[in-house]
Amino acid sequence: MFLTHQRVAGTPLAELPVLWLAVTGTIEWFLDNVVGPTMDLLAELLGTPMLGYPFMQRAYLAAVCIAVIGPLVGTFLVHREMAMLSDTLAHTAFAGVAVGLFLNSALSLALSPLLTAFVVAIVTALLVELLVEHAGAYTDTSLAMVLTGGFAVGSILITATDGGISVGIDAYLFGSLATVSTANVGILVLMSLVVGGLVTLTYRPLLYVTFDATAAQAARLNVRLYKRLMVVLTALVVVSAMQIMGVILVAAMLVVPVAAAARVARSFRQSILLAILAGEFAAIAGVTLSYNYGIAAGGSIVVTAIAIYVATFAAQRLAPGLRRIGRLRPGHSETGLKADGGEKE
Amino acid sequence: MTPVANNTDESTDPLISVRDVSFSYGDVPVLDSVSIDVEAGAFLGLVGPNGSGKSTLLDLMLGLRRPDEGTVSLFDKPATEFDDGERLGYVAQDATEAGREMPITVREVVRMGRYPQRLVGRFSAEDRQAVDDAMEQVGIADLASRRIGRLSGGQRQRVFIARALASGADLLALDEPTVGVDAESREEFYELLHGLNATGITVVLIEHDIGVVTKYATEIACLNRQLYFDGDPAEFVETDALAAAYGSDQHVLHHDH
Repeated sequence: MFLTHQRVAGTPLAELPVLWLAVTGTIEWFLDNVVGPTMDLLAELLGTPMLGYPFMQRAYLAAVCIAVIGPLVGTFLVHREMAMLSDTLAHTAFAGVAVGLFLNSALSLALSPLLTAFVVAIVTALLVELLVEHAGAYTDTSLAMVLTGGFAVGSILITATDGGISVGIDAYLFGSLATVSTANVGILVLMSLVVGGLVTLTYRPLLYVTFDATAAQAARLNVRLYKRLMVVLTALVVVSAMQIMGVILVAAMLVVPVAAAARVARSFRQSILLAILAGEFAAIAGVTLSYNYGIAAGGSIVVTAIAIYVATFAAQRLAPGLRRIGRLRPGHSETGLKADGGEKE
Repeated sequence: MTPVANNTDESTDPLISVRDVSFSYGDVPVLDSVSIDVEAGAFLGLVGPNGSGKSTLLDLMLGLRRPDEGTVSLFDKPATEFDDGERLGYVAQDATEAGREMPITVREVVRMGRYPQRLVGRFSAEDRQAVDDAMEQVGIADLASRRIGRLSGGQRQRVFIARALASGADLLALDEPTVGVDAESREEFYELLHGLNATGITVVLIEHDIGVVTKYATEIACLNRQLYFDGDPAEFVETDALAAAYGSDQHVLHHDH
């Protein structure tokens, strides 16, 4: 299903501003006329007034988007054993936020810090990838240096900015539901379409490169290009999800649902689907918990996701045991059991 | 289509031609002025001690690396410019480790063989048939929907062979494919390679087990930075090329299966 349902239309650069207006307009219309009324109706039906609040409606929509693109890109990342890259890029994205706040303050601009975060994260991602192409492998040390280095630059810029800490850095560090604006949701929806479209179009080469890069190169796939695409996609996802998840926790959305899905999935495609389902469950449950108990959204989402992982782990460990107990029950013939469950799938 | 043209084509031009190739990683020389031809239909066994440059030579043959000096041609083109990916099948050294944790099925891996032809868009009936036939040919059709990480080492290697067959590869390059595979499965695996070679597929194989490679290969190349031997396996075991290439380690490798 991932392969068939969408294509990204090519757009001449000149039409981008018009397109942007059209997109934000559409998003606003969508929020006001589709999401809003639907949620209002749900709020009434379920007797939960929180679904009626516009800021919660935005939060849910954002969470749903994050839980699609996070596990989608994360699946490729985790199976290339590059999970740490998402954490590294998140921390450099923090530097990007700080750059935005700093520029706004120094030059009296009104840039969205999210925009500068995208730029800084993408540039860092490509630099790291170029370094890897040169050195041949991701190393713990280099990722740790980029991660802490990005965060260090961020902290310096924040403290050097007029107004300093007062600009609500907490919201970026730990994520926040209340600060998700309509424009942010618009960016997130757009990013989801871009990331979803790109992964759909390049699903096969991404899979080949993830699984066996040398054979992919021998098969004359442009391995370098797809590896670069992979890190750029990661940067896009990390920055998109940062709003709700927070810089420190955002990597979990790319890793934990994927790890849970990998334990039980029967195929790669199924693992993507299951990872997204797990991500959605964690995101929606996490946002709900966050609202009801006044606790951090990012933290709630991550703890829920880890609970899902632990549950799949436990279920897998316990299942053979339970089956064995079943086998010992009288009335089950030895041969009948061999026929149905000898080999676990 | 005429048999004559076909004949001359096959007899005059080697499928891979390595000419005076030198290669080094930074300051470390790996290959020194190596020349070797691989004729279409050959089964070449590449042997040599660890670090002798076998894998590098294979990479150069496939155009995955550029030589510092000398030229490599592949199907009559400079190897690095050759772009018919579907004609090359590659089975990596660590293929037995690949994807053990990754939730991917045998069929999903074999389908990769069709990716060079079908990077986007729906698989045609022909694509699906090629995948099914390849799995049938190496005897893994019944494993199609199993996760590859849950197969034995020998079964996994067949999956990678099937991937190459699905693409219609006429050159199969294998880098120590049976590391960590038990002796019996290894024999079966070589029988399979032998059978594929008999159908006209050219095989280039790196193997540390000299006993098994001299039994199945039609040509042996012994390498340690330089080429110490290139020729008939029967001759190889009688020359002292092995001793020269391996130095004092040679007795270790004389074990038989």
